[in-house]
Amino acid sequence: MKLPVYLGLLHQSEATLAKSYRQVADGHGDEPDVHFLCLTLARQCDAHQEALAPSIERYGESTEDDEPERLHHEGLSQTRSGPVGLLRDLQDLYLMANLVDITWTMVKQAAQGLQDAELLDVIGRCDGETEVQLQWLKTRMKQAAPQALIAAS
Amino acid sequence: MSDRIADIWGTRTPFEQGGNWPARVDQKLAEGVAEADVQRWVKSACLLCSNGCGCDIAVKDGRMVGIRGRAEDRVNHGRLGPKGLFASWQGVDNRDRLTAPLVRENGGLVEADWDTAMERIAERSRALLEEKGPLSHGFYTSGQLFLEEYYALAVLGKAGIGTPHMDGNTRLCTATAAASMKESFGADGQPGSYTDIDECDAIILYGHNMAETQTVLWARVLDRIAGPDQPSLVCVDPRGTEVARHADVHLAVRPGTNLALMHGLIREVIENGWIDEDYVAGHTQRFGDLLAAVEPWTPEAVAGTCGVAAADVRRAAEIFGTSQRVLSTVLQGFYQSWQATASSCQVNNLHLLRGMLGRPGCGLLQMNGQPTAQNNRECGADGDLPGFRNWENPKHVRELAELWGVDELKFPHWAPPTHAAQIFRYAEQGSIGFLWISATNPAVSMPELQRMRRILAKPELFLVVQDLYLTETAQYADVVLPAAAWGEKTGTFTNVDRTVHLSDQAIEPPGQARSDLDIFLDYSRRMGFARNDGSPLLDWAGPEDAFRAWQECSRGRPCDYSGMSYAKLLARGGIQWPCNEEHPDGLERLYTDGTFSTEAGYCETYGHDLTTGATVGPTAYRAMAPAGRALFKTAPYSPPPEEPSDEYPLRYTTGRTAYHFHTRTKTGRAPQLNAAAPDMWVELSAADAQRYGIGEGDIAVVSSARGRITAPVRIGDVREGTVFAPFHYGYWDTGESPDDRPRAANELTMTEWDPVSKQPIFKNAAVRLEKAAAGSGPAPAPTTTASRPAQPGTVPATVGGAAAEAREELT
Repeated sequence: MKLPVYLGLLHQSEATLAKSYRQVADGHGDEPDVHFLCLTLARQCDAHQEALAPSIERYGESTEDDEPERLHHEGLSQTRSGPVGLLRDLQDLYLMANLVDITWTMVKQAAQGLQDAELLDVIGRCDGETEVQLQWLKTRMKQAAPQALIAAS
Repeated sequence: MSDRIADIWGTRTPFEQGGNWPARVDQKLAEGVAEADVQRWVKSACLLCSNGCGCDIAVKDGRMVGIRGRAEDRVNHGRLGPKGLFASWQGVDNRDRLTAPLVRENGGLVEADWDTAMERIAERSRALLEEKGPLSHGFYTSGQLFLEEYYALAVLGKAGIGTPHMDGNTRLCTATAAASMKESFGADGQPGSYTDIDECDAIILYGHNMAETQTVLWARVLDRIAGPDQPSLVCVDPRGTEVARHADVHLAVRPGTNLALMHGLIREVIENGWIDEDYVAGHTQRFGDLLAAVEPWTPEAVAGTCGVAAADVRRAAEIFGTSQRVLSTVLQGFYQSWQATASSCQVNNLHLLRGMLGRPGCGLLQMNGQPTAQNNRECGADGDLPGFRNWENPKHVRELAELWGVDELKFPHWAPPTHAAQIFRYAEQGSIGFLWISATNPAVSMPELQRMRRILAKPELFLVVQDLYLTETAQYADVVLPAAAWGEKTGTFTNVDRTVHLSDQAIEPPGQARSDLDIFLDYSRRMGFARNDGSPLLDWAGPEDAFRAWQECSRGRPCDYSGMSYAKLLARGGIQWPCNEEHPDGLERLYTDGTFSTEAGYCETYGHDLTTGATVGPTAYRAMAPAGRALFKTAPYSPPPEEPSDEYPLRYTTGRTAYHFHTRTKTGRAPQLNAAAPDMWVELSAADAQRYGIGEGDIAVVSSARGRITAPVRIGDVREGTVFAPFHYGYWDTGESPDDRPRAANELTMTEWDPVSKQPIFKNAAVRLEKAAAGSGPAPAPTTTASRPAQPGTVPATVGGAAAEAREELT
């Protein structure tokens, strides 16, 4: 069964995303909405990892399989500065959150196949939040893009 | 005669539930002017709070010499508050008024003629548009202009320049009112009416110190309280306000925890079965979301988080849940605090749960702070699309393009409007190089003032300031434009309960001052803004043309003015919108049949996630198909972003006093008001004062991570662990700089805003307090208001004396 590989991928991706939200929060303190919201969303990712823990305990977690490992995102090496830098950092977060989002979907499919009500309950509480994270990143980037790409120097 | 400084609310005229609020005509004339000396009385409405009291301006020899309330006006039945009585006319009849344009030459401001000043603006504007395009331009306006002026500004900004960077200081006072109603009901627009005070049997005030923010509305409540069947009263406020003193239940919540309290109240109402299940089933959506959000919030959980008694939470919920007709009002204690939109939506949700909307006494007033905030929101000077149109709805965008005769591509509808704090951020980063500020004073009213001053002083930023006085903000301007004041121009404005008044011109403006409308029209002409057919974009000759254009823009929308006219407003006085063919006399309450503005083609917004501000978007919204049903929008509680720490152990919150408005540009120039509250103070609880070894009037330094202020301490009724500071005081009248004696409350506040309404969070910060010096007397805080001393009689009472005597005529 390869579900442990995907649980591992999900766990790892949430951890990477949490770390990256915190990096962006630190790097863009002059954008207070980004700063505080990224901290909130990082805590959300932490909570997702905690919520997954009992299922990981039951199924185990593997990071051994080569194929999905290539899907792992390394996270941000460092944040950028300036209006375009903010846009790019948010775009990076968007890619990472998408990886999390689609992995929740895969795990959900497996949980349904396994008729695992406990895991489905966890997914029900978490995957909607990841979706909103994506919507927020998109909303914020849409707001920032024209100014960053046209008017900022 | 009555001393209306000592007695803010005036003589009681008690009445019973469902009765008529008796008239009481308040009048104040300048010293030495008798009633017989008044040559003309000119119809208007008071512009010094959001209440919108109908009044007549007394004119003698071309000057405003006094004011009286209009007995037949639906808003005030003749009454006026201290600000209206003393500051409306004295606040503008002053030798400090700007009487000529000023331009910056060699670092200083020098007088110029209009042509020079306006050409300088137009030249810079043209050059920047050429070089960087419309996103280089920002406009930051007010909550105190007239409807016609906002609409002119909205049209020229959107269809002339094409910038999304437009906002007003309404963002600081009322943005959450609009946002919460958009989220819950599909569009802005107050469901209730002021007459709900007459009809209700319970009133709940959420973060709303009505006794000081809308003194005449509070007089109406006091008259119900003094009547034979007084309504129950619940007050949510961390201070022992006048409202709290009359309340059956006072929930003095820890600042920043409103949402937890609201979750608890809703949970109690549901648990006890006090909901109208038919209404919920027939007229709402997403009840399940609400159930899930409130589930953990038992009264005990609320008590732990909010610092209130669980029994009080139960009692407050019971008053809401078991009264027959409940009026709820909400203001800055919710709007300027953490999780503002989510908390305010929960008040809407309470009313939805009981189906308490659209019936007499079952009202909801998401209040406005400023007198014309409603018009700013309607006309789109706050960046929204005019007429409560939805920027994500292509049909709404097309309607406006056709109305204005411009291409849809011309005006920005591809992203939400840029809110105030973000406009200043872009100016800080240099991508906005042209900023036009009208009738507001961000150098005192925005958060984190050291930063604001740095931005306004940036040499690369071309700053235009249009005002009555050389404010703290105007001192940074490249061009200062002298504006005509209330009474010196004609226009309309709309109060909290959708009542539209015409304010007629009483006198000529001083010197070369011109109305804000004239100034905007002049700029539009000089810039050559045109329709597609080449004709001028704004070809209005004056305010009445602007009003007619607005009527067309509003036609068919929730804020429909199409059935009004200047003549009708003059003849009848205040009329509520919508006023159209169907409702020629206006409509007292909205949503009377439980049908809301949420239909996808009609709504003002597709909504947001209340935690992040992420947009829902058209696809998801249409899939939800609310189709006229209201939405239970909610979010989980989370603690505020800045909590007390070892370094900054106290909570900090800011607010208003009854005697002043905004940054005191008018009220500070009314001698009676200025004497009542002449200088800055901070409030501390008795327990904290003892802990810090501070006595009444001792001087304290209060610091946050952003700055510090020095002010005398009033030992008052604020919640333990919390410091309160009034936000009115700046630097124009002290001659001191912020470096000499920093006293503006916003030196300490933080730059952060609600994710949906984008309203800055003024009421949550962490501070430290130290005693700096012994005082030489009591703090200069009024004793007649929430700032009264905790120990009665320890401080001389605030009185106005002979100068504050006003006539009250009971009929």
